[in-house]
Parts: sequence; C-alpha cells; structure tokens
Amino acid sequence: MRRITGAIVVTLALSMVAAVLVHAALSINGAGATFPYPVYSKWFDEYQKKNSQVQINYQSIGSGGGIKQVTEGTVDFGASDGPMNDEQLKAFQDKHGFGVLHFPTVLGADVPTYNIPGVTVALNFTPEALAGIFLGKITKWNDPAIAATNKGVNLPANDILVVHRSDGSGTTYIWTDYLSKVSDEWKSKVGKGASVNWPVGLGGKGNEGVTGQIKNAPNSIGYVELIYAASNNIPYGNVKNSSGNFVKADLASVSAAAAAAAATMPDDFRVSITNPPGKTAYPIASFTWLLIPEKFSDAAKRDAIKGFLDWMLVDGQNYAEQLSYAKLPNEVIAKEKKALAKIQ
Amino acid sequence: MAATTTVPSASPIAGSRSFLRRLREGDEIARLVTFLFAASVVVVTLLLILELWQGSALARHKFGLQFFFTRVWDPIAEQFGALPFIYGTMVTATVSLVIAVPLGIGAAIFLAELAPAGLSDSLEFFIDLLAAVPSVIYGLLGVFIVVPLMRDYAQPALKKTLGFLPLFSGPAYGVGFLTAGVVLAIMVIPYIISVSREVLMSVPRDQREAALSLGSTRWESTWKVVVPFARTGILGSIFLALARALGETMAVTMVIGNTPTISASLFSPGYSIAAVIANEFTEATGDLYTQALIELGLVLFLLTFLLNGLARLLIVITSQRGGTAHA
Repeated sequence: MRRITGAIVVTLALSMVAAVLVHAALSINGAGATFPYPVYSKWFDEYQKKNSQVQINYQSIGSGGGIKQVTEGTVDFGASDGPMNDEQLKAFQDKHGFGVLHFPTVLGADVPTYNIPGVTVALNFTPEALAGIFLGKITKWNDPAIAATNKGVNLPANDILVVHRSDGSGTTYIWTDYLSKVSDEWKSKVGKGASVNWPVGLGGKGNEGVTGQIKNAPNSIGYVELIYAASNNIPYGNVKNSSGNFVKADLASVSAAAAAAAATMPDDFRVSITNPPGKTAYPIASFTWLLIPEKFSDAAKRDAIKGFLDWMLVDGQNYAEQLSYAKLPNEVIAKEKKALAKIQ
Repeated sequence: MAATTTVPSASPIAGSRSFLRRLREGDEIARLVTFLFAASVVVVTLLLILELWQGSALARHKFGLQFFFTRVWDPIAEQFGALPFIYGTMVTATVSLVIAVPLGIGAAIFLAELAPAGLSDSLEFFIDLLAAVPSVIYGLLGVFIVVPLMRDYAQPALKKTLGFLPLFSGPAYGVGFLTAGVVLAIMVIPYIISVSREVLMSVPRDQREAALSLGSTRWESTWKVVVPFARTGILGSIFLALARALGETMAVTMVIGNTPTISASLFSPGYSIAAVIANEFTEATGDLYTQALIELGLVLFLLTFLLNGLARLLIVITSQRGGTAHA
C-alpha cells in the first residue's frame, strides 16, 4: 500500500515538473499558406529540437486565412503564397498602428500538365499558347500556336478541355499572375488572384482534384504545383521564358528565376518573379512569404521569432531541396538578414 | 410561469400539489431542463440567421436583390451574383430526388411489406451502414467510378437516345449536374428507405387485414391502403433527403465541375452554393468577397427554409384531401 502511495506521489511530482516545463516553453502560433506546409513543419520541428524553449505551431489554413488572422491579431505570424496588397497592408497598419513585414522563405512553381492520347513527350508551350488556351481562344490541340513549337509531335484535332483549381489557392495566384504578365487580354478580362472568374474549363479541388480530372479526361490541360507533379511523377510541359528558351521546371530553373529577380528586389520583398529575365529561368515561379508584424509587445516572443528567421535563412534552407522546394538565392538571404532589424 | 404555479388556487392541478412539492418530486425540474433544451434549438437557429445577416451586411447593401439575379462571380472585379449557384443547387437536388424517390420508396415497400422479416432486418443493417458513410467517400466513389461510367457509357447512350432534348446535349465531360445528381441520389436513398420502411411497418395491422378481407390482392392492399396511410411519413423521408441533397458539399464539389454556369444541359459542369463556399472561403481576401460568400450561406438557409415550408404545406394539403393520412 505504502509503495503504491509512494509511486503515486512520485508520478504526481513528475507530472507537475513536466507541466511546469511545458508551461515554460514559449509557444508561438502561426497560420497561413498550405503550399509550403511540408517544409514549414519540418523547420518548426527541427528548430524545436535545437531550441526546446520555443514551440512554433502552424496551421495550414490557406494564404487568405493567414493574412486575415495575422491582421486580426489572432496569430503571432501569418504566411502567404501571394504578397499582401496595399489595401491589406493599410488595414493592418490601421488596426495595429504599425506595419507587417514580408520574409520570403522558399520558392515554388506551377507546371502545365496535360493528357493527350498518343502524346508522351514533354510539349513546348509559348506564353501566347497558354494564355490562348486558358482564355478559350485556342480550342484545338493542333492549333498552329501549339503545333509551331512542337514539330514532329502528332497533335490531334480534338477539343481542348481546360482544368483549373476550384478552391482558392496560391497555385492559382501564381498561374494567373503569370498569364496577366504575358497577356494583356488576360490582364484586362480576368486578372490575378487566388480565385478568378475563369473564361473556360472545369474546376478540380486541390492539386489532386486537377490531376484526377486530367487523368480521367482525354485532351485536357491544367496546372499543378511543381512539388506535387514531381512527387507524384506527373509529366509536364516546358514553358518559353522571356529569353526565348523553352525551360523545364526544376529546382535549378526555379532558383534561377529567383536569382534574376534578386537584383531588383524591393526593400519590402513584395515582388512577383513570374516571367523574369534570365536565360535559364523558369517563368512561372514565386516566392512564398512569412508575414511578421513589425512590433511585438512580448520581448521573448520577438526574440524567438527573430531567432527562428535567422536559423531559417541559414540552416533551414538546407532542408528545402530534399522536400522539392527551391532555395532562396544568396542575395535575397543577405537582404533578409538586414531586414530582421526592422522587427522590434 | 412560476408566478401562476405558486398560487395554489390558480389552477386545479396546481392547487393540490404546490410548486415546491412538484419541484421536490422533480417534475418541475424536468420540465424546465427539457424546455431549455428545446429552446436551445430555436436560439441556435436565430443566432445563425443573425450572424449570417450581420456578416453579409456589406454585400447585401452593395448588391441588393440583384444578388439573386446576377450570373457573374468574379472575385477580382468584386462582382458577385448567386444565380448560377442557386440554379446548380436546385438542379442537382431535383435530379437526385427524381432518381432516389422511386427507388427508395420501392425498396422500402419491398422491405416492409413483401420481404421475409429476416431479410428485411439484415438489409436494414446495410442501409443504415450506407447512411453513415462519410460524404467524402461518396465523392471518391463518384470521381473514380461514377464519372468515368457517365462519360464513357451513360452520357453517350443518353445522347443517342434522348439527344434531341436540350437536357441531354453538349459535350460529355463526365462531371456536371447529372453526375452530381446521381451521386447525391446514391447518398440520399438510404435515408428514404430507412425512414419510409419504419413508417410503413408502423401502419396498423388491421388496416391491411381490412383491405384483404374486402377481397383486395396483397399488392392492392399495399398500394391503395398501406402506402396512402403512411404518406405523411414517406413525404417526411423525402424532405429529409432533399435537405441533405441541398446542403451536401464535399461529394458534390468533387463531381460537379465547379464552374458557375447556367445551362439547360445536364451534361454541363455547374456549381452549388455549398460547394463554392467550401472552395473559396479559406482564400477569400477582402471584406466584400468574404461577405458575398456569407450571403450565399444566407441564401442556402433561405432556400432550405422555403422548401421546408413548401413541404409542410404539401403535407397539410395532401392529408386534408386524402383523409387517410394520420397527420
């Protein structure tokens, strides 16, 4: 009996110590983009292994939700695949009396994927062809706009079925941002955003919904994230960049796109790198950002977040490529390190 | 309430047993507690309406009644109209009921009236199991089995035989109103069968025996006496199915094509209210966009409310005219 009582006392004491320890850990909450979630959760996990005091929780609720929650102040930081626009920045400033900073973390890209019976090679797409297809102006696979850059491929005279994302997503933002840059008609008629009013096509939910739809329907074309296409062995086409080269999307060509943009990187990091200069740059790529408030009332929290960002820019980058994300170019890392001082 | 019951002579019942005594015996406590439970349903409904109403103020002021008649849904230009979504919701629900009602009621009649009790009970087990399957499973079933079947067999066959109707024209993608309706039908049939079977089985035995004793056949007694007697309950099962079909989100969005179009063809891709809310809410930025989505929620609520009202009306009318129903 006494032994049992002793055991209970020890257990209780231990659990109280554990409770105190857990309580002592600094808990930081973030929410936002789903696209970088795999690498973010890896980072937060690795960072906690090194700094057991800091626990970072991240909910992948989508970029729109991330912007909303960081503006509301319900989370310590947000994350988004598209930079906040001026209106959103103003809303943040009005609510809090200080601004919010963008920190690029990794890069992602969109790739065109298709299902044409009898076609197994990677097709070459010009910007004009992609814009024409998604505007509904190019309706047959053997249209000269597609055929001209795919000599020797037996393209059928079948109707093209366009598949796009139905759920609001950063993937769509990057895709429509690119189309807006290469086609004036797209810019004026449709525009860019996480959800747009599509001129043609069917909507599939998520990367898997789009892929499923394309696999099911012959003569279809859609777009998915590079990381999704790569990890599921989905074939995809090459896209002509601003230097006139047809480029296949991979980690190197996406990093090249970022490097091309690094020279002209604005101080607030809100930059679109679709259709960048550079011979080897893949044109449909984008940064993804963490959204960090400029001021923290809790000094411990501020230091922890700064500590994490500092680690993310150096050691953290090494985890990116094994998860198929492209690393930040060195110029951008250097610039971000300077920007850390802005967090107060 | 408390004021009247504490006065002993206020009512003959309260007179003999005081409020305190009834409190001690638990009657009054049970009454209060169950009343609160019942009231909470009303309170939650009212709060829901209030929240949807307040949450959509900006969109309601900006678009007014035009919201119901506008066909454009453009988040970039901030132009929002609910018409294609209302249309898609109504069409898919209608298609599903057209398929599910005859099948469901037919199956219920067989199980309640004609099948041996052992078979009926064991089949009922499977039907209840079907009703409990999560909708995402039905959605996957739709994507991998129904969509290819529709595209490769059902839609070409319909086009060949009934292609002269605008309902069955246009290219067959596999996804669209018809496929969503079929998947919804599969989902709601268990509800119709399960509830209708219970109702049919609760029809008093003497009703059947009276019909049989008057010389009617087994089928005549079922079709002319038992089914009309159970009509109110069967209608109830149909409206339960309708409510589920109107509000279903996951399975519909996986097979409807998610394109806000209004087309006479059932082959055309479409969109439903619940599906667009689920798809776009998380990434909706800007107040007007979010509020337009919340207003869609209000519209769905209104639609369900209206159809439920119509259902009640229908029950009242049919039970008065028929005279056999026990409503």
